[in-house]
Amino acid sequence: MGQMIKVGMADLKVCKAPDNLTTIGLGSCIGIAMYDPVTKVTGLAHIMLPDSTAIRANSNIAKFADTGIKKLLDDMIKAGASKTRIKAKIAGGAKMFDVGTSNLINVGERNAIASKETLRKLGIKLIAEDTGKNFGRTVEIYSENGDFLIKAVGRESYKI
Amino acid sequence: MGDTLSLEEINQKYPDVLREIGNIGAGNATTAIANMLNLRMNMSVPDVQFIPVEEIGSAIGAEESLVVGIMLGVEADIQGSMMFLLDMPSAHRLVNKLMMRDPEYDADFDEMDLSAIKEIGNIIAGAYLNALSGMTNLTITPTVPSVAIDMAASILSVPAIEFGMTSDSALFIKTEIDDEVGIKGYYILMPEGDSYQKILSSLGLPV
Repeated sequence: MGQMIKVGMADLKVCKAPDNLTTIGLGSCIGIAMYDPVTKVTGLAHIMLPDSTAIRANSNIAKFADTGIKKLLDDMIKAGASKTRIKAKIAGGAKMFDVGTSNLINVGERNAIASKETLRKLGIKLIAEDTGKNFGRTVEIYSENGDFLIKAVGRESYKI
Repeated sequence: MGDTLSLEEINQKYPDVLREIGNIGAGNATTAIANMLNLRMNMSVPDVQFIPVEEIGSAIGAEESLVVGIMLGVEADIQGSMMFLLDMPSAHRLVNKLMMRDPEYDADFDEMDLSAIKEIGNIIAGAYLNALSGMTNLTITPTVPSVAIDMAASILSVPAIEFGMTSDSALFIKTEIDDEVGIKGYYILMPEGDSYQKILSSLGLPV
């Protein structure tokens, strides 16, 4: 039985089966899960913002979609994954409050768009997504089969 | 910006001033709730926290614990937002008190309950920001509040992102309240951009 390894906010981690990865309480942030079905090398990033080039405080590369996803891919390849086999699934990007100071308008949606754009640029196939709406999500990615389990308050858990 | 103080420097240089802002703002807000509900409420000494954005999700307790968040934008002379957070039992007690229901009633919130929660948010934010405005002579107006009931980490991702845009850490002025029947809540004031600097300079402090 593998371990469930926790990925924090603005954080990313890579593991191999039988271990699995989780991140708790994605709000407007995005969880990007990637896995290689052959080597079962799996990665999960929890990004907060779309674009590292738009912001001065950009030293933590796991905070941004553009730099975080790139780093996750590099780490997975180092751990033995093959780029051509890696598939991605994403979740999160909610609009938690129906109010926003100018800065926060649609940051969830912008995070989702930036994540998809980065995956496309890197040539990683996005095979499933559950983004937007107005609720928080806890996600778990299973290395054995690439199942991406999404848990939300007051809803049945579901797999994508 | 550039030569003005960073959040970290503000935190190091003026912790007492920040605590006093929390004291006056939250004091006024707590009195407003206590009067509205006819309760006696206590308030903690405000806790000024300079925390890495990565840790905000657990700033008020377990990341997956269910909380009620009321959020408002703050506009005019300063920009930012403020949040009032309640754990679920507290939110139920507050709403029951306001709706004059049995204190043990804990069915899911309906539309009426949610608008009661929003109204509590309005009163609290108005009282908090009025106090801040009176102290600084700045015009500070709240926007219409929005309510979310969800995991603490998801709700707190909103301020995390807001601070994350300009900094690797957040400066929270957190004040806890409680009362004899166990209503527990947190106020978090989140000025953005150069609003902290504006507040401090309006108090005559060099930034």
